[in-house]
Amino acid sequence: MVRKFFDIIANNAVPAVFILISAFAIPLSGFSASYLVQELLTRIGRNSFLILSLLIPIMAGMGLNFGMVLGAMAGQIGLLFICDWGIVGIPGMVLACLIGTPIAIILGIFCGHILNRAKGREMVTSYILGFFINGVYQMTVLYLMGWIIPITNPNLLLSRGYGVRNAVSLSGIRAVLDNLIPTVITNPEGAKQFLNVNGAGSFFLIQLPFFDGTIRIPLATFIIIALFCVFIVWFRKTKLGQDMRAIGQSQSVADSAGIPVNRTRIIAIVISTVLACYGQIIYLQNMGTLNTYNSHDQAGMFSIAALLIGGASVSKASITNVFVGVILFHLMFIVAPMAGKNLIGEAQIGEYFRVFVSYGIIAIALVLHAWKRNREREAARRSLRGGNGGKA
Amino acid sequence: MSANNNAPLLQLEHIGKEYYGNRVLSDISFSIEAGEILGLVGENGAGKSTLLNILFGMPVIASTGGYEGNLYLDGKPVHFTSPNQALSAGLGMVHQEFSLIPGFTATENILLNREVLNGSLMSYVFSDRVSTLDRDAMRHRAEAAINTLGVHISPDMTVSEMPVGYKQFIEIAREIDRKNTRLLFLDEPTAVLTEQEAEILLIALKKLSKQGIAIVFISHRLSEVKELCSRILVLRDGTLVTDVPAKTLTTREMASLVVGRESSKKEEAVEVEIPEQPVEEENINETLGTTTLSKKKKKKKPALKVEHLWVDMPGETVRDVSFEVQKGEIFGIGGLSGHGKLGIPNGIMGLYPAGGKVKLFGKKLTLNKPRAALSRKMAFVSEDRRGVGLLLDEPLDWNITFTAMQTQGRFLFGIPYIFQMRNELAMAKETKKFIESLSIKCTGPSQKAGELSGGNQQKVCLAKAFVLRPDILLICEPTRGIDIGAKALVLDTLKEYNRENGTTIIITSSELEELRSVCDRVAIVDDGEIVGILPASRPAEEFGMLMMGEKMRVALEYTE
Repeated sequence: MVRKFFDIIANNAVPAVFILISAFAIPLSGFSASYLVQELLTRIGRNSFLILSLLIPIMAGMGLNFGMVLGAMAGQIGLLFICDWGIVGIPGMVLACLIGTPIAIILGIFCGHILNRAKGREMVTSYILGFFINGVYQMTVLYLMGWIIPITNPNLLLSRGYGVRNAVSLSGIRAVLDNLIPTVITNPEGAKQFLNVNGAGSFFLIQLPFFDGTIRIPLATFIIIALFCVFIVWFRKTKLGQDMRAIGQSQSVADSAGIPVNRTRIIAIVISTVLACYGQIIYLQNMGTLNTYNSHDQAGMFSIAALLIGGASVSKASITNVFVGVILFHLMFIVAPMAGKNLIGEAQIGEYFRVFVSYGIIAIALVLHAWKRNREREAARRSLRGGNGGKA
Repeated sequence: MSANNNAPLLQLEHIGKEYYGNRVLSDISFSIEAGEILGLVGENGAGKSTLLNILFGMPVIASTGGYEGNLYLDGKPVHFTSPNQALSAGLGMVHQEFSLIPGFTATENILLNREVLNGSLMSYVFSDRVSTLDRDAMRHRAEAAINTLGVHISPDMTVSEMPVGYKQFIEIAREIDRKNTRLLFLDEPTAVLTEQEAEILLIALKKLSKQGIAIVFISHRLSEVKELCSRILVLRDGTLVTDVPAKTLTTREMASLVVGRESSKKEEAVEVEIPEQPVEEENINETLGTTTLSKKKKKKKPALKVEHLWVDMPGETVRDVSFEVQKGEIFGIGGLSGHGKLGIPNGIMGLYPAGGKVKLFGKKLTLNKPRAALSRKMAFVSEDRRGVGLLLDEPLDWNITFTAMQTQGRFLFGIPYIFQMRNELAMAKETKKFIESLSIKCTGPSQKAGELSGGNQQKVCLAKAFVLRPDILLICEPTRGIDIGAKALVLDTLKEYNRENGTTIIITSSELEELRSVCDRVAIVDDGEIVGILPASRPAEEFGMLMMGEKMRVALEYTE
């Protein structure tokens, strides 16, 4: 009984701590409810897709896919091309996805092959692999683009004539997906104001009398995320999903049952990489600017931190974990700087806190994972001892 | 299938196999009819697993040069080159260790990689792997397979929550579910079961054989083999020594066939050297007022007393072991591999998590700390010579003096705890002494241990233990992987060391004959427990009976 209770606490310790911190920080920050909700909705739309792309490798027992930055880089290359060609709006996004997909597939196959040679050490391998591919990406973008790879738009290129600028404006596709089906929730009063400002455009106006403030909902993005969730639920029910679960629990058993272990693991990584590519494109259309040399770096680390905060572990993660995680993680992001400022008069403290938190949480999750696995192994051994074995 | 109705289901003709010039199987011929239950018994290394590897087309066979002889299935010659071929031809295998996925339900495990799929458009575009699973149909099939066995297990139960016995049934159900399985191999299926579970299993197997499935039952529990099987095959040293109906053999005869030593050897073994009894201990007892007891019955303080020891050594779990070893005795621990005999010395030395009570000359020994054991003048020669026993990349003198240096502070000069250096001269001198006395073949004390042959490495391990001047010497598998000449030398060295120094020696070995030739008494371990301790002079088949799981506890007091 006590052990069971302890297990529940241990399994949900991370989300519980974050809820507790938020409970203190939200009143301290002094933000209004509608501001918080608006910010959260934007960030859920921005980040969920990236985090969801982590689920499938976890299912296949490959741990947290730090290699998702490979997909993010593929997506950014797609975006650079559409910026150069000046293709805007939804067609631009679709084209960026189309360009990114083959690159992500190739990188995913490459990553999968390498991870198959580093079984049991997938996480650290994919992490380092991320650095390696980052080097290749930087060489491509900094030297080859505009020299060998034709980039003609002078706004993209560095003044020396080749290499891409550090910051690229994605004004052509900024928020096109978020605003594809513009939706606003407000109260009748706010509705009047809103219409005065924006004119009677093609808005879905949802009026809630009790609602205080005005928030916009990135409905199209949410629909895509919902479709993705449906995909994952369906995927779990397929033979391929079942095989991945089997491999995730015991590679040797799966192998002896005739499941093609290595191939299946590569498929898992390819799916994850391609989805991360799309995730990064969705993320950047919301941001509106591409930080050519840094955007992808943060994508991996923050997505993984968010997933872990949602209560996932290295070996087990669900869709619920994704959304709990993205809400708690970003709630922290939003309120921590303001709370820090109001508390100590120092906004920096919040910034420190969130960097500290995202790295710290990954470290804790890895330690917890090792600790749990040892405990399970210990329990398995205990059951082997007969007679008086248990008590000593 | 029906092409040749009177041909046996499976026939083996003159099957033989060599690994790198080392013959492990020769001229095995037998056949199995449909619905027949065959018992296959033999010691470790008798060739059982090689035979299975050949039958199942394991890649290891082809990569080491294939095998001799022919296999016939339904009268047609077959030659499997991969396990999948054997499986699709109707051979099924239930392994000794479970190959189940713990987090999956019974259904998911039984139908692993044979899931029932819903047809979908996607599967035409991509492959079958994107079709969803038909859970209901899967459940029905799993239920049907479980019911054939005559047990009641919910198909929705997760394997990790099942008692061990259930897991075995799930494994068998998995093989039965394969529609074409006609011949089922079970490798030690009852090893992990309780007696009742084993009984249910035997009943289930009989039921299967009535349905026409032939079964090859591999077990070391002779009474089960006798009860279940219609025919018994005994393998020994790679040859088939018996193929007779089960009724014609008693378990005792079976045991002696398995161990296979002629009774003529018994006589020479009777002449066991009896170590001198330490006199001072008698005096202790007299002062305690036990003089009234007859001299023969009096209690002596044993050199090593082990009570309810358990050791958590992977693959060699010790469950509950108690025994005493007298001073100056050579005590043997034997038994089949995987039953925990290696766990006992490893646990006493603190190399694996252990519990229970161990007393050394009447004083309690701290477990789980190798240092504690070493500082009580115990020395250990590991079965893992290259891993635990030696520093392969270091010279011989380092290897031999290393433990003494670390635990006893010898071969050092300088000020203890502050500044100490190796005394290379003393090290070399000591090493030279051992190179001579054990005739270790090497270029000198500075040769690297990794460059020596197996036998010489083993001698270095012994020297390393002797340098400690131990009161008790624990040795695991002293002759594993070394040639015959070196074997005799190693064993003679041990005997001599025991005679000269009165050191208590505990030898753990898989080779019963070796134990019987060196030891005073031999304990046989089965399933993590000692099933009997016999004087080495007893006939080999008595040891064989113990090893084969005949639960007869013959705890003979050596002092009587």
